[in-house]
Parts: sequence; C-alpha cells; structure tokens
Amino acid sequence: MGKADSVFEIIGPIMLGPSSSHTAGAVYIGRMGRAVLGETPVQAVIQLHGSFALTGRGHGTDKAIVAGLLGFDPDDERIPRALELAKEAGIVVKFRKVDLGEDHHPNTARLLLEDSKGTHLEITASSVGGGNISVEEIDGLPVKLSGESHTLVTIHKDQPGIVAKTTALIARYGVNISTMNVSRQHRGGPAAMAIEMDQPLPPEALRELEKWVQMARLIPPLY
Amino acid sequence: MSNMQYQTLHQLIKLAAEHNKRISEIVLAVEAEQKQERPEVLRNQMLTIWHVMQQAIKRGLTEDVKSLSGLSGGDGKRLASVTPKLLSRQVARAAATALAVGEVNAAMGRIVACPTAGSCGIVPAALAFAMEQFKVSEEDVIMGLFTAAGIGIVCSLNASISGAEGGCQAECGVAAAMAAAALTELGGGTPEQVGHAVAFCLTNMLGLVCDPVAGLVEVPCILRNAGAIMQALLAAELALADIKSRIPADEVIGAMHEVGEALPESLRETAKGGLANTPTGKRLRSRLP
Repeated sequence: MGKADSVFEIIGPIMLGPSSSHTAGAVYIGRMGRAVLGETPVQAVIQLHGSFALTGRGHGTDKAIVAGLLGFDPDDERIPRALELAKEAGIVVKFRKVDLGEDHHPNTARLLLEDSKGTHLEITASSVGGGNISVEEIDGLPVKLSGESHTLVTIHKDQPGIVAKTTALIARYGVNISTMNVSRQHRGGPAAMAIEMDQPLPPEALRELEKWVQMARLIPPLY
Repeated sequence: MSNMQYQTLHQLIKLAAEHNKRISEIVLAVEAEQKQERPEVLRNQMLTIWHVMQQAIKRGLTEDVKSLSGLSGGDGKRLASVTPKLLSRQVARAAATALAVGEVNAAMGRIVACPTAGSCGIVPAALAFAMEQFKVSEEDVIMGLFTAAGIGIVCSLNASISGAEGGCQAECGVAAAMAAAALTELGGGTPEQVGHAVAFCLTNMLGLVCDPVAGLVEVPCILRNAGAIMQALLAAELALADIKSRIPADEVIGAMHEVGEALPESLRETAKGGLANTPTGKRLRSRLP
C-alpha cells in the first residue's frame, strides 16, 4: 500500500468489518463505479479477481461492492443487507470469479455496469490496502485514479487539441491540476483522460466539455 | 511551532523536547499545519473516532456476535465474564476488550481501522484500560490517540502497516507499538520513554507472520489482538520503570522492515502458510461456503 502519512489514514476509516482492503476498499470501488456511471446502475456484472475471488465471500466483498453501487459509505449499517436492498430496488446483480492475469493486483474487481438509458460502462479497480483504491481501467482504457481528489474523467475520440482544450477550460475556472493521465486504444480511436484537481470544477464546465468529449464526469473525493 | 516535520521517532522525540511538549501535541500540531485545519476540528474528529471505538467495545463485550463464517465470536464476552485466575482484573479486561473488538470486526460490525481492520482491537483496549487505570479524562484519551497515530505514521513511512507487505508484525505489531506509546504518555512517561516503549513492543512482536486461516480476518487475527495488548502493557510498564531499550526504536522499525521484506509470500496474508496451512486450517477452509 501507499505510505500513510497522516493521522486519519492511520486511525481510520470508520468502517464495517472485517477487512479494510476486502470490505471498506470494496465499498469504495462500488462507489467509484457509480460515480463514473453517473447514477445507480440498473444492471451490474461484478467480476472478482485474485484474493477477491478467493476470500471475497467471507469478507463480504460481494455485499460491499453492491453497497458502494447503491451509494453507501463504508460504515453504513445496511452493508450486510446490500444484496437484498439491491434486489428490492430492481437492480440485477451477477457475480463472476475471473482471472484477469498476474498484471492485476490480487484485490481487483471489474464492474460491467448499465445505466437506465442502456449505456454501458466497464471499470476495473483494485483495493490497494487500508481501504484505499486505485482505478486501473475505464472501458478497457488504462486510467490511473486514486479517488483522493476532485477528479474529471472523460471518454473521447483521440484527435489533436482535445487535451489542450480541456486543460484550457479547467484553467479558465481557476482550478489547479495535480495529476493527469491520458490514454487511447489506437491513433484516432477511443481515448480517456483522468484529471485530478486541487479544487472542484463547477458543473457548468461539463456542458462546455461535452461539446468535444463523449462522456465527462466530475467525481468528488471518495474519502 | 510552524514548519515542523517528522519522519522518524528520533525526530518526533527531539521536536517534543525542543518545544517542551508531549508527543501527542507535536503530532496534532503537525497534522493541523499539513491539513490547514484548526487543532480543535481535528480533536473533534478524533472524538468521533473514540466514540465508535467505545461502541464497538460495548457491543463486543455485551452482545452475542458471530462472524459470517462461524469461525469466531463470543470469546471476548466470555473472558470478561469470568474471574481471571492469573491476570489482574484490569489486564484480563484489556485482553477481553481486544478480543471483543476483533470479533465485532469479523461479524461485519462497525469499527475503526487502527491501523488496519484486522488489528482494530489493540489501541481501543489500551485506551479503555488507561481510562480506568490512570483515571484520565476523555480529552486525555483523544490526545493518546494522536500519540498512537504519530507512531503509526513513523512505522508506515519507514516499514509497513500492511500484512500483505510485512506480515502480522506490520499490523498487530504496529498497533501494539501505537498502544504502548499511548499508555506510556498517559501513564506520565516522557517522550523519550515513549520511544523506549515503542522499541520494546516492536522487539517482542518482530517476525510475527500473517497466516489467516481461509484468508479470513478471524483465526488467528483476533487472538493476536489480545496477544498484542499484553505486549503493549509490558512495554509501557518497562518504559515507565525507566528501563531503556538497547536498540533505539527507529532501528527496531528498520529491523521490522527488513524482516518483513524477508518473509516469504506464503506468510504475508496469502493464506498459504503457517496456521492457514495446518491440517485443521485447511479443513476449516474447505468447510466454508
């Protein structure tokens, strides 16, 4: 895991047991999926890899991810009942044990989500220790995201000027970028940007962004 | 007290000495500066955490908790209900408390990761003990948590607080060192004595492997919370008697890092070795859903 260097990283989070990585981290993975999708999914296929597949059930990883998809916090007393609550809300949830390969952290889940308009999203994230997570891929595109900061995620078509226009827009709102990564499938193909910022970008910025990207989401800090 | 920083226990103790403050006060001041937050706000945040810890203690000691797997639950409550035959009533109570909070965690109850969920019973057990033994106030307990956090930060920066990286010594070991530091400060110890308590405690926890049966945070994790609080009490007792560790705390932390790196993968939370690999450990695993 990363080096915890602040008081409440050492003492915290307040959470439902039994495991900061397999339970609290799993809730955050679900919450991240929900945030990037933009709403509670109507359908979710949850693929569990490595230790998540091996010991996830005993740690309540399945319930925890679904709790996150429902927007719960890691200390929500409803986590143990998350599967029933999802069913009552009409959400179709399926679990699959998968092997994503050795490149992936042992505590990794891939979520295949569908929203009410039929839009699909695939997001892969790992629980890297102490409840902290790291997003690895969105729609198959490598993207690094910690969820610690205000984050802008976009899916767009790879073409010259998109990145410059986006960062210029952020600058216009006086927002400072702390980290940024860009990836694409192939030249001119689908591409993604993940931009972590020191301040939140106002929602009206999204309407401008959507003139040149297919999807843009603002994600508030997870922790 | 601006522009203070620490990465080692030596630096933390030196800052305390220079400013004539306790370790807890330095940890709080540094955090307030880094977060650009008023100390008052951070103390309140810690108070919320302490209340969650207290609720977990109460639940584990009074309710019948049972984990999903059925492997754990009820031992803390049982130990608290009998008259101890060897330990003093308070020390037996501290062990029962550590077990109880670990059991609440295994039963998907609400706890505070300290530093991890698997080691969540040790620091609360120490502070509940200090409250009764030293008759300290809730405000003192809050400051004790800042002392504990400072030790956790130093261990995290120079070794690890993850069982998957450093074995159980990194989780229950660090939690025990955090508890020993808080107990020493709340018992009236000097910052230097806090350092010796950390050194003693980690010395006795050094090398402890992470070998959870069936990969679950139950056997032996819950028991090791109780073992760790015993080591914390011993370490604080030694330090408060002004006994000094031959090896300085920062070097013990360095040794913990080296030992953690040397541990084979099978003994770092993979459930492949140690107690997880015993005939009974394997049988328990095969019986789980």
